[in-house]
Amino acid sequence: MSAYLIRGARLATGEVTDLLLRDGVVAETGRGLSGGEVVDADGLLALPGLVDLHTHLRQPGREDAETVESGSRAAALGGYTAVCAMANTDPVADTAGVVEQVYRLGREAGLVDVQPIGAVTVGLTGERLAELGAMADSAARVRVFSDDGHCVSDPALMRRALEYVKAFGGVIAQHAEEPRLTAGAQMNEGDVSARLGLTGWPAAAEESIIARDALLAGHVGSRLHVCHVSTAGSVEILRWAKAKGIRVTAEVTPHHLLLTDELAATYDPVYKVNPPLRTTEDVEALRAGLADGTIDCVATDHAPHTAEDKECEWAYARPGMLGLETALGVVARAMVSTGLLDWAGVADRMSTAPARIAGLDGHGHELRPGAPANLTLLDPSASWTVDPRGLASLSVNTPYTGLELPVRTVATFLRGTPTVLDGKARW
Amino acid sequence: MITHLLSAEDLDRDTATLVLDTADQMATVSGREVKKLPTLRGRTVVNLFYEDSTRTRISFEAAAKRLSADVINFGAKGSSVSKGESLKDTALTLQAMGADAVVIRHPASGAAHRLAGWVAGSVVNAGDGTHEHPTQALLDAYTMRSRLGRLEGLRVTIVGDVLHSRVARSNVRLLATLGADVTLVAPPTLLPVGVEAWPAEVAYELDPVLPKSDVVMMLRVQRERMNQSFFPSSREYSRRYGLDVRRMGLLPDHGIVMHPGPMNRGMEITPQVADSARSTIVEQVTNGVSVRMAVLYLLLSGGTREVA
Repeated sequence: MSAYLIRGARLATGEVTDLLLRDGVVAETGRGLSGGEVVDADGLLALPGLVDLHTHLRQPGREDAETVESGSRAAALGGYTAVCAMANTDPVADTAGVVEQVYRLGREAGLVDVQPIGAVTVGLTGERLAELGAMADSAARVRVFSDDGHCVSDPALMRRALEYVKAFGGVIAQHAEEPRLTAGAQMNEGDVSARLGLTGWPAAAEESIIARDALLAGHVGSRLHVCHVSTAGSVEILRWAKAKGIRVTAEVTPHHLLLTDELAATYDPVYKVNPPLRTTEDVEALRAGLADGTIDCVATDHAPHTAEDKECEWAYARPGMLGLETALGVVARAMVSTGLLDWAGVADRMSTAPARIAGLDGHGHELRPGAPANLTLLDPSASWTVDPRGLASLSVNTPYTGLELPVRTVATFLRGTPTVLDGKARW
Repeated sequence: MITHLLSAEDLDRDTATLVLDTADQMATVSGREVKKLPTLRGRTVVNLFYEDSTRTRISFEAAAKRLSADVINFGAKGSSVSKGESLKDTALTLQAMGADAVVIRHPASGAAHRLAGWVAGSVVNAGDGTHEHPTQALLDAYTMRSRLGRLEGLRVTIVGDVLHSRVARSNVRLLATLGADVTLVAPPTLLPVGVEAWPAEVAYELDPVLPKSDVVMMLRVQRERMNQSFFPSSREYSRRYGLDVRRMGLLPDHGIVMHPGPMNRGMEITPQVADSARSTIVEQVTNGVSVRMAVLYLLLSGGTREVA
């Protein structure tokens, strides 16, 4: 394995240093290092490789929308070195066999570490527990379990799941949506849904489940992770739960940090997502919650969909948006440009915290000698305009078409091997 | 003039008034022995109906034919639509056939907006899901103006399932544009969250509102709504929100009763009220043709040619 010398990069701490990457680790830091192939990082920012807790790679089942390989490439180009692949594939990742398949496909693609998430219930039907232990013991070493796309709405089943995974240090990542309150729901319930005649998805449907699950997690002493928090009320409940000492963590998506439900007025389903885009007040509360740590991390909820699933009537379209290649730019725009987070904060929310929550020991480390050489080099002064055809994803359902985003990924290294160089994927 | 009619929001006061004034002229045609104008000869109007709605479809069909347009009826049943063709592919097909205007009725809110992005011709929304039905609002406004002589300052009460009603959404918007004062009356379960932002008053009781109403418009209420607990029973709904002879007596002497049809007699309106002299329900149907003639004429000729 060849060595790389990253010359003159600025770390999240502000310190400027060379980084010698050798044998999969950061071998040396400091100025004036030598040895290895030189990557000029003058003016560039080096962050620990980003970690996505919430990615839909669509394989097996919908290889027309995304594959493990194409999604891995999108991730690497977005600055990621690890992604957690959601379980709602076809077949569902609810057995050791399926999670091992996804894990193996990730290894073969080799662009990021693909960590499968296991389903909580068989077939995501919310009726009985999947063999969580078998998935934990498999080669994929699953630690995060989620029925994402569906809520584990049965409170007794949720309680059992929270308890059961304690045996192997697991965590349940809940898609918080009380299904009886969101039957037929198409968008955030409020002024805009009233005007557009689209069935509303009330904030209370998310908040009531988060409150319930936090109480359950506290009661049984388990860890709970809340997926894609989208409302101001959810932030308040999380703040309360954390103050109580309940072991709850939460993620927010880039799109919920930037976009609002007014976009539904176009009736273009590229803006249809679940949970739905909310109001400006919600966006502000989510930003504040991410800044103060009430929300632990950013997760993309990267959800590729084919053109036929989006070029249709709003109600018939599948919910979800691409996110991997735009996440960093959107976070920079929503959080850094606004002064809410500095780059150390971004490194924490997009790398260290998600790696900790997912139990990915090889990721999220400060770039110090001995740390795994998982990092990304960014040009914070560059900007780019989002063109869906220019993205590596097989799908084009980005809500940011034509938007100018700050920050370009120049290079990404996975255990010392460049997966992206000069802004291009290596394979 | 506008290109499409997707929402009552597309109409400013001048444009809406132009449609109503044009409909007046069209109405004189409908009164003639030969009910036909050559205005849209050689133009093609497609009725694209994804929902059964005989009354709206034949109203548009009659309107287009009286203007001498060629009319193609494209129903969702027994066509490629039921074989799973997407709206976009259907749009491209209609486009290739040279449709100058497409009149669309669809169960999904926003379908007309989507269609307008895919065809070059004009799109007329003939009802999209629970969103809007702008020509219904225009014919309602036309009927009110014909009966009561004005719209400015008119007190209009709309009663019933506002939550699921495209008729209510279009009427609230258009009547606000035209200067009428709208009050919505419904059980709170049948009003959308967010209704506070609408240019309308809201009341939960019907009796106190009726003496101050120049117009009361009853919306169709589906009995099945009671299965989703929107109200306890159809009897309770009728008792609290139905328009019977006693309630009709609370209206001022000049007050009129409207209903967009089809009615659930015995549910939101009793037969005696529906068939009374105050009822404009049959007139609304007649006026529907004149108003739709005006809309098609203004969209397709840009309002540049003389009516006749």
